[in-house]
Amino acid sequence: MRRGSFLTLCLWAGFAFLYLPILVLIVYSFNASRLVAVWGGWSVKWYGELFRDPQVLGAASMSLQIAAISATVAVVIGGLAGYALSRFGRFRGRTGFSTMLTAPLVMPEVITGLSLLMLFIAMEQIVGWPAGRGMTTVIIAHITFAAAYVAVVVRSRVAGLDRALEEAAMDLGARPFTVLRRITLPMLMPGLLSGWLLAFTLSLDDLVIASFVTGPGATTLPMLIFSKVRLGVSPDINALATLIVAVVASGVLLSGWIMLRTERRHARQVRAAFRREGAMDGN
Amino acid sequence: MAAADSTDTLVSIQGVTKDFGGTLAVDGIDLEIRRGEYFSLLGGSGCGKTTLLRMLGGFETPTSGRIMIDGQDMADVPAYRRPVNMMFQSYALFPHMSVAQNVAFGLEQENVVKSERDDRVAEALEMVQLGEYGRRKPHQLSGGQRQRVALARALVKRPKLLLLDEPLAALDKKLREKTQFELANIQVKVGITFIMVTHDQEEAMTLSDRLAVMNAGRIVQVGTPGDIYEFPANRMVGEFIGTINVFEGKADPENSAVHCPALPCPIVMEDRVAAESGSQIAIGIRPEKMRIRKAGPAPAEAAPASNFLAGKVEDIAYLGDLSIFHVRLADGRIVQVSRTNITRRRDEPLTWEDAVEVEWDPQAPVVLHQ
Amino acid sequence: MTDAAADRVADSPALSTSRGRLIGILIPTAWLLLFFAIPFLFVIKISLSEAAYSVPPVSDFLIWQDGWPVLQATWANFALILDDPLYLQALLGSLRIAAISTLLTLLIGYPMAYAIARAEPGMRTPLLLLVILPFWTSFLIRVYAWSTLLQDQGMINSALMWLGVIDDPMRMLNTEFAVQLGIVYSYLPFMILPLYATLERLDGSLLEAAADLGARPATTFWRVTLPLSLPGMAAGCLLVFIPAAGEFVIPELLGGPDTLMIGKIMWQEFFNNRDWPVASALATILLLLLIVPILLLDRTQSRAEQG
Repeated sequence: MRRGSFLTLCLWAGFAFLYLPILVLIVYSFNASRLVAVWGGWSVKWYGELFRDPQVLGAASMSLQIAAISATVAVVIGGLAGYALSRFGRFRGRTGFSTMLTAPLVMPEVITGLSLLMLFIAMEQIVGWPAGRGMTTVIIAHITFAAAYVAVVVRSRVAGLDRALEEAAMDLGARPFTVLRRITLPMLMPGLLSGWLLAFTLSLDDLVIASFVTGPGATTLPMLIFSKVRLGVSPDINALATLIVAVVASGVLLSGWIMLRTERRHARQVRAAFRREGAMDGN
Repeated sequence: MAAADSTDTLVSIQGVTKDFGGTLAVDGIDLEIRRGEYFSLLGGSGCGKTTLLRMLGGFETPTSGRIMIDGQDMADVPAYRRPVNMMFQSYALFPHMSVAQNVAFGLEQENVVKSERDDRVAEALEMVQLGEYGRRKPHQLSGGQRQRVALARALVKRPKLLLLDEPLAALDKKLREKTQFELANIQVKVGITFIMVTHDQEEAMTLSDRLAVMNAGRIVQVGTPGDIYEFPANRMVGEFIGTINVFEGKADPENSAVHCPALPCPIVMEDRVAAESGSQIAIGIRPEKMRIRKAGPAPAEAAPASNFLAGKVEDIAYLGDLSIFHVRLADGRIVQVSRTNITRRRDEPLTWEDAVEVEWDPQAPVVLHQ
Repeated sequence: MTDAAADRVADSPALSTSRGRLIGILIPTAWLLLFFAIPFLFVIKISLSEAAYSVPPVSDFLIWQDGWPVLQATWANFALILDDPLYLQALLGSLRIAAISTLLTLLIGYPMAYAIARAEPGMRTPLLLLVILPFWTSFLIRVYAWSTLLQDQGMINSALMWLGVIDDPMRMLNTEFAVQLGIVYSYLPFMILPLYATLERLDGSLLEAAADLGARPATTFWRVTLPLSLPGMAAGCLLVFIPAAGEFVIPELLGGPDTLMIGKIMWQEFFNNRDWPVASALATILLLLLIVPILLLDRTQSRAEQG
């Protein structure tokens, strides 16, 4: 089919477009030369440089802490919001609620960052908290926009769940809290998990908002990368990028492999069950 | 019904096979469908009937074999050039177009001029009694109305052949019965050949001039509804269409009889028993062709020498117009006997645990092949 | 009463007690009100204040004169922005660049989403994963990667020169083209995902019905597939356009000094000139421009959920 092959061509051209820059970064991370245009032979010296740089290590650990904390809180807030949107039907203020959850997804970061900074300054003047800016304010900012993303993930997951399961548990005498703990949360777990991962990545990735709301002593990894990149070519950034890609890719491959294995096992069990049934019908 | 006696062939299916990656959905089918006929493909899920229909429509390509429509080989003809239209099971009405736009869509593809197009759309909608609904969107219609739009949309192109994929499956029972007759009337009126896929034997029996019973990718029997009901080719057909009591026994061609160990006396048939003497064969008897009565006080001497059995009423299903009795024989097997309720139920002489006698005429039994 | 009863029927049991409902709605609402909605009020307030040499570098909005509060609001910052062609150009430039990039993203993303939606069911998840995967690696680093690729001595110029297509390196980095490329590249997944969602849900029998009624594949695409994927296109375009209009990192790293985008100007006003009131006024204007698209996006999303 001509149309089919045209589409396939588009698809693979698109993938080439998406992955070419990443591949180039990986290759150049092993370039001994400092210059992009010159291939100076294979080397891993930029990796060594990366690990010896206390600034990079400090910023990385700061970013990881911020990401872990904000992702966890964002899952709670975004999870509640997603659940409410999907299951509470109509309630007073629903439109405003839904808009407040959609807007952070697309709000230009410069606006979000600036407005949060203005809030923090005003709050400090009025209630005396947060005193100064730093890790705490960055975490609050990240929770806010990450919660909106978590809400999207959880909302679609909840919409795909059979309401009758919760009702059945209720019917069998489970109290609301028990239903939440034994039925709803376990069923939502995959959605919450991917929401957490998404929030974690978003937090790790954010430069603009953090630049506005951070204070002295709290430099995140993207801020450090940005300052290095702005000064010109820095091969250790290539090494860092390669490490990030490696971690993400192995994470994805691992989860994909686990998913594939469970899926195959399920398919096998289903087939076996059908065979048994068929054998019984035959008798 | 219309033109069932015409022998003019419209569709000719020759040795068609469809292989879906190792599973044979359709397995070497030969079939001729006559012009003007209402033909049904009947079978359970997965029997290949829908695949066969989709190959006629051009949505699947046969792995081997040939499909001829009106003398033309369809092998290289894409769906959009076939003189065939289909009514989809889901109706597949375009949700973003109004009813009239849906019906006009096919005519636009043929570049029919606007004035003629409008006339034909109006005419088609009138035919399905939806003249007033042209401006509505599909989601503003009831299920039955959508079904009729789908029919109008397929018929407005005046195809040589209309394919119907479970056309009534999405309707509730009452509406289905009403629509069946409308469908049959419309078919007679437009004179187009209809091929319908269905799993509902009652629907197939009511609507079709002829039908084909399919199983596991093959055609088991082709014939008129009467032929297939009264003379099922084998046990599977007999059991799929209606209910049938099956008895196994040894053939006795000299006496036109079959000796079944489960019965007290032989089954004697009007027709010749075409089997080797002493061979194991199966006999089927429809429940409505048996008569049931309460056993007399001394049954043994009055018992007939053939076509008779005795048992106990195990269950009674009262359906209003008729009652179905489950009679348990001495060896534990159940025989179903139905009886038209000519009298009011108040006078019902038979009840659970009653000893009963069942008999039938020699023309009732039919030999079933395996 | 009947409304309340209907609501209760629609409830889910786990959080259906009135206390559960309250928690489910109240916590996110309170958080978002405090840290997302209310902050805009402070931006507006600062945008109406005067710059000052102080910490923070703004004069007080409200001052006390003879025991009376006096509002010190000024339109000067907005007047400055509307007078200065630089700011206006930046505003219009942002909208134009964002619009062109959105269109390009749609043109590249649609066939990809369509190809994935038409792929075999088992292949769809891996293909989607391939689309999302780059999104999980650092955005900043990927944009930086383009800056090395687009350089005069970068790989693209070298390759073109080696192929003999050009003799001298083309200037690509620090141009508007580079900014558009960066936006398309960074936001492509946001276009593909909603498009895929609508295309995948598209009932295949509708396409078969169109073919059955005599429509050639191209006609089927224009008359059936495209109109039915409009909601996905709308969502995708808004998801790209809105954040792209305020983008800072991409014009900063890939654009030149003449590539004016509002996000970059705002950043400079804030960090380099320490002019908070003008930065706030710019943010306010951008927000006003984007409010309609944001509401539209919210509408398409809630409609997608209902339909």
